[in-house]
Amino acid sequence: MICTQGLSYHYAGGATLRFPDVAVAQGATLLLSGPSGCGKSTWLALMAGLVRPTSGRLVVAGQVLNDLDSVATDAWRASVIGFLPQTLHLSAALSVRQNLALAQWASGLAEDQSAIDTALAALGVAELASRKPAQLSGGQAQRVALARAVLRKPKVILADEPSASLDDEAAADAVALLLATARSQSATLVIATHDARVAAALKADAAASADLQCLQLLRCLP
Amino acid sequence: MKTLTLAWTYLWSRPLAAALNLLLLSLGLASITFLLLVSHQLDKAFERDLQGIDLVVGAKGSPMQLILSGVFHIDVPPGNVPLKAVLELQKHPLVAQVIPLSLGDSFQSFRIVGSSHDYITHYRAQLAQGLLWTQPMQVVLGAIAARKLGVAVGQTFVGSHGLAAGGQAHGQNFYTVVGILAPSGSVLDRLILTDSASVWKVHEAHGKAEEEGEEHLLEQREVTLALLRYKTPLAAMSFPRYINSQTGMQAAAPALEITRLLSMLGLGTDVLRAFAGVLLLTAGLSVFIALWSAVRERRGDLALLRMLGAPPIKLAALLLLEALWLGLLAAALGLLAGQGMATALGWLLRLDNSLLVGGMVWPPTLCLVPAMALGVSMLAALLPALGAYRVSVLELLQGR
Repeated sequence: MICTQGLSYHYAGGATLRFPDVAVAQGATLLLSGPSGCGKSTWLALMAGLVRPTSGRLVVAGQVLNDLDSVATDAWRASVIGFLPQTLHLSAALSVRQNLALAQWASGLAEDQSAIDTALAALGVAELASRKPAQLSGGQAQRVALARAVLRKPKVILADEPSASLDDEAAADAVALLLATARSQSATLVIATHDARVAAALKADAAASADLQCLQLLRCLP
Repeated sequence: MKTLTLAWTYLWSRPLAAALNLLLLSLGLASITFLLLVSHQLDKAFERDLQGIDLVVGAKGSPMQLILSGVFHIDVPPGNVPLKAVLELQKHPLVAQVIPLSLGDSFQSFRIVGSSHDYITHYRAQLAQGLLWTQPMQVVLGAIAARKLGVAVGQTFVGSHGLAAGGQAHGQNFYTVVGILAPSGSVLDRLILTDSASVWKVHEAHGKAEEEGEEHLLEQREVTLALLRYKTPLAAMSFPRYINSQTGMQAAAPALEITRLLSMLGLGTDVLRAFAGVLLLTAGLSVFIALWSAVRERRGDLALLRMLGAPPIKLAALLLLEALWLGLLAAALGLLAGQGMATALGWLLRLDNSLLVGGMVWPPTLCLVPAMALGVSMLAALLPALGAYRVSVLELLQGR
């Protein structure tokens, strides 16, 4: 569940971004679209509690983010937000399994091998567990990164440009995979993209299009 | 996954840089270990050999030479003094003990020292085999001398003139080994000890004693120097001046001369210390550069860790731990290499039986080495850790 009211963010010495209000129910899908530079990344950062809004109220998964201090926000983010970045940032020095363990380390949890195995199996990459990221194909790497994002069964999954640098078929697969994963976890899915293929793929999915919301950000002038 | 394991993995994810930094740090630390070991052992050797010797009296010349030859047996003595004058000192009210020493001969570069049993008791040396001498031409060997010469009790040898090997042999005068001392760690270990009378006997023309009479001979007899112990520390105020001005002899206070010697050596150790410091500084800078570029390289990974919920302090700790591993490894390697260098030096020096330096000694001052290792690596990691602490997740999101 995501609910924003009068959200704005002011860059030090720069522009102020104002965002339209949204109200996304738990388990629904939000398509965040717009040209680059319109504030998609900032909006994602706000949702993840990485930056604080200059004004406005922000509720994510039942938590009023305005109320949390920075330490509590880190812990909250670890348990509630699953993030799939555009550049996957799988650590090259670590194996796939260790990359997932790294996520548990980051959130301050004890290492849990069975949770890692479950997450990898759910995304069909269990057999890649001992490989290094350099030995994975692009699609496999994205699945591993998604496994890492959903390792703690987050309530909200944020995906940043998941179809970038993928061909049409792979882009459709990626969206389908995100939808399936979010649905299996009953998580709210946010896809930030400027790729029209993603919108098309979402609308093609009957279940997703039913509760799909679109947030169109426009280029703002400084 | 434990932070320590993770830091270890990250450290060795760049094996070449890690190995190079490890090498640099270890070299600096090894030099410092070596310096600490050598100065500690020299101090100890000086302290041990000087113990209970308040003053050395001998012929006029360099006081330093007198101490080096008379106490440490690493220099030639300045000359001889009349036995009578030395015996006079025994009667002085400020003097507790006089141990006369006669130098001049050697056997295979081990010095033959003529003295009294007092010399052995002074260093609290114990016999390992045999007995002390009871008459002239009997000798007791120090532990190292006995081992190196391979001479056993009951064997005989002929001394040669001069303190270096290759002097003229004293033809018909055979020394008999009657005892061997247990190792005492003092200068006695590398000496051949005998009665003063042996030295006189070897050097006096045969049959002269009978011709000129005992009385006359006593007048002529000489010793090289004498080790003195005062009855009261107050004697140090006036007694050396009395010797230097009222007798034809020279007095040298070991404590003063050693202080002078150490301050002369000090220049050398200062240069070495500065060198070690520069090495450590270079190592520190190199570690800094490696960590700094690691942070830049892993900026995205670090930002992602923030995204995954890691507090900034955790990322900073990861960087610091990486440096800590490096410091710990370097401390261990540096200590071992330093000990190895000291062992090598000891091995080289023992060849000519001089100062006692060796490896595998662990004086408490060596604690400085790991402390420095950790200090340097932590200091080098400070800025990179701050960089990791401040890594911006927005940049990750914006794909920069």
